[in-house]
Amino acid sequence: MSNTNNEVLFGLYNDEVELMSAVKEAKDQHLDIMDVYTPFPVHGLDPILGLSESRLHIAGFIYGMIGTTIAFGFMTWVFTRDWPIIFGGKPYFSVPSFIPITFELTVLFACIGMVVTFYTICGMGPGVNNEVLDERITDDKFCIAFATDGMGDDEIEKLKGFFQSTGADEVNSKSLN
Amino acid sequence: MSAVVSPIREPLVTGGKSYHQITEDICSPTERAPGKAWILGFMVASGLLAFGVFSILWTIYFGIGTWNLNRTIGWGWDITNFVWWVGIGHAGTLISAILLLFRQKWRTGVNRAAEAMTIFAVICAALFPGIHVGRIWVVFYFFPVPNTRGPLWVNFNSPLLWDLFAISTYFTVSLLFWYTGLVPDFATVRDRAKGFRKKIYNILSFGWTGSAKHWQRWESLSLILAGLATPLVLSVHTIVSFDFATSVIPGWHTTIFPPYFVAGAIFSGFAMVQTLMIITRKVLNLQDYITISHIESMNKVILLTGTMVGVAYLTELFIAWYSGYIYEQFAFYNRALGIYWWSYFAMMACNVLSPQVFWSKKIRRSITWTFVMSIFVNIGMWFERFVIIATTLARDYLPSSWSYYTPTWVEVGIYLGTFGIFFTFYLLFTRVAPVVAIAEIKSILKAGGDQYLEKHVEEAKKPENLEEVSH
Repeated sequence: MSNTNNEVLFGLYNDEVELMSAVKEAKDQHLDIMDVYTPFPVHGLDPILGLSESRLHIAGFIYGMIGTTIAFGFMTWVFTRDWPIIFGGKPYFSVPSFIPITFELTVLFACIGMVVTFYTICGMGPGVNNEVLDERITDDKFCIAFATDGMGDDEIEKLKGFFQSTGADEVNSKSLN
Repeated sequence: MSAVVSPIREPLVTGGKSYHQITEDICSPTERAPGKAWILGFMVASGLLAFGVFSILWTIYFGIGTWNLNRTIGWGWDITNFVWWVGIGHAGTLISAILLLFRQKWRTGVNRAAEAMTIFAVICAALFPGIHVGRIWVVFYFFPVPNTRGPLWVNFNSPLLWDLFAISTYFTVSLLFWYTGLVPDFATVRDRAKGFRKKIYNILSFGWTGSAKHWQRWESLSLILAGLATPLVLSVHTIVSFDFATSVIPGWHTTIFPPYFVAGAIFSGFAMVQTLMIITRKVLNLQDYITISHIESMNKVILLTGTMVGVAYLTELFIAWYSGYIYEQFAFYNRALGIYWWSYFAMMACNVLSPQVFWSKKIRRSITWTFVMSIFVNIGMWFERFVIIATTLARDYLPSSWSYYTPTWVEVGIYLGTFGIFFTFYLLFTRVAPVVAIAEIKSILKAGGDQYLEKHVEEAKKPENLEEVSH
């Protein structure tokens, strides 16, 4: 994948309302949108784009359960098997006093796990270089991008026509490595 | 976008901002050379930091004997400061997590700086138990690490250990939450920067592109982190209060402690946010994003939590009397009228009486009043912890061991040093990161920007729309 150039044609819109109607229009015309880039999360865009709901919360739940098990299991092992000590006349297996640490580690595991998962599945991390289509996308431009690899001129013209008819402010192309 | 616009709400962003103007306003402080006020503040802060480091080294070299703690009063300024800083650290997560769950849009103006403040405050707090153990080189005994001591494990039944887990978890989660929020904004700074700066922000922004799927996951992540941070923030100060409540010291051994500590933590945290925000918005020219209405909202929280704390104080007194238990009764009599009466008085005056001025809308919206009050509250909350810790310990069961405690210069120096840490970090933060969450402000612009609200009000006033409104 790194050897082939990916040609991208993208249009920049000035407003999220224009962007949303353009995305709707593209879906109606059955155009294959590569991605949409916005400076902030635009609510209502996901269903139009056909993005399924994120499953991060499921991952979070699993990580949390791992934390619960490790914390509770470890304390139980230490105090009932490895080195039982009586503290203040309480039983070795004193569940109530295990609760605070169990809770904290549940939260800790869920958070760290989810954050790591988030950056991994988004392909992000310290030092990652994802090419930016236009530097104003993180400022005030809303972008729809089409992959135009191996497309004929007439298809590209059709896309340009689409951008013009939906009120794109600028239409540019770029090749991503 | 189908933003819900309420014409009766005050605008959250004033000045008729465009998206680009928001980027410009918030990024520009990181792009220009620091002003005189910043340099002066940084010099003072790093001076305090240096003195704090000196005092800490002094403590480590000569031992805890350089503090004025004695056999009766084993916890003094150190734990007072610890609890005080942890409490301050609660506002950031409260603003960013609980207010996110409650869909309070005004949080977007202040959450970034409040979260940064949380992280720095927790660093200051964590310092105190660390040095109070005396032999800091064996501080890893805190953790349940495999060891050659038996293997003897830590005591999982001890609230002090719960505290260690609570504070470390809280710090980690706050840091992750804060940084994940910062990533898109670092990308904004990156895309404006040139040369070396661009390289640095490229690393910091983790390769953020603004893809719709990434935003969706980012929002999902923020929401779940908020959901997890909400019980976490309540648990942290609950567990801090367990340090006291699970002991058998009269005046500490009470079930009211967890809620009362949490309310106090939010109270002092918001006060510190006010202190910082009033200066930050002025120095960085962010009055359009952190408006008077933001300040008023926070003052309402201060009034509410201050009153809750007041109710807790009175409840404690009532229950002490009602219990018929003479040691408990004496503990509270001693707090209010004993040798440390002045600290109880300072606590009552600053925490319970003074916030009541915020019933007046005029005072809630006054910058000067708010600033003065925020300092008062922080003084009051410091005294609250001092009252609970030192005055209770000074008069224990045996009159022969009664004692008095005043700090040495080393203890004062460490406390001043934590201010140095806090403000040095905060000042650096205002130089390198956008102090207001850019992306989040943009996402509420159409629901909270003044030009959109005005348009809405005008439309509502049109005769053909009036009928609809009256329904």
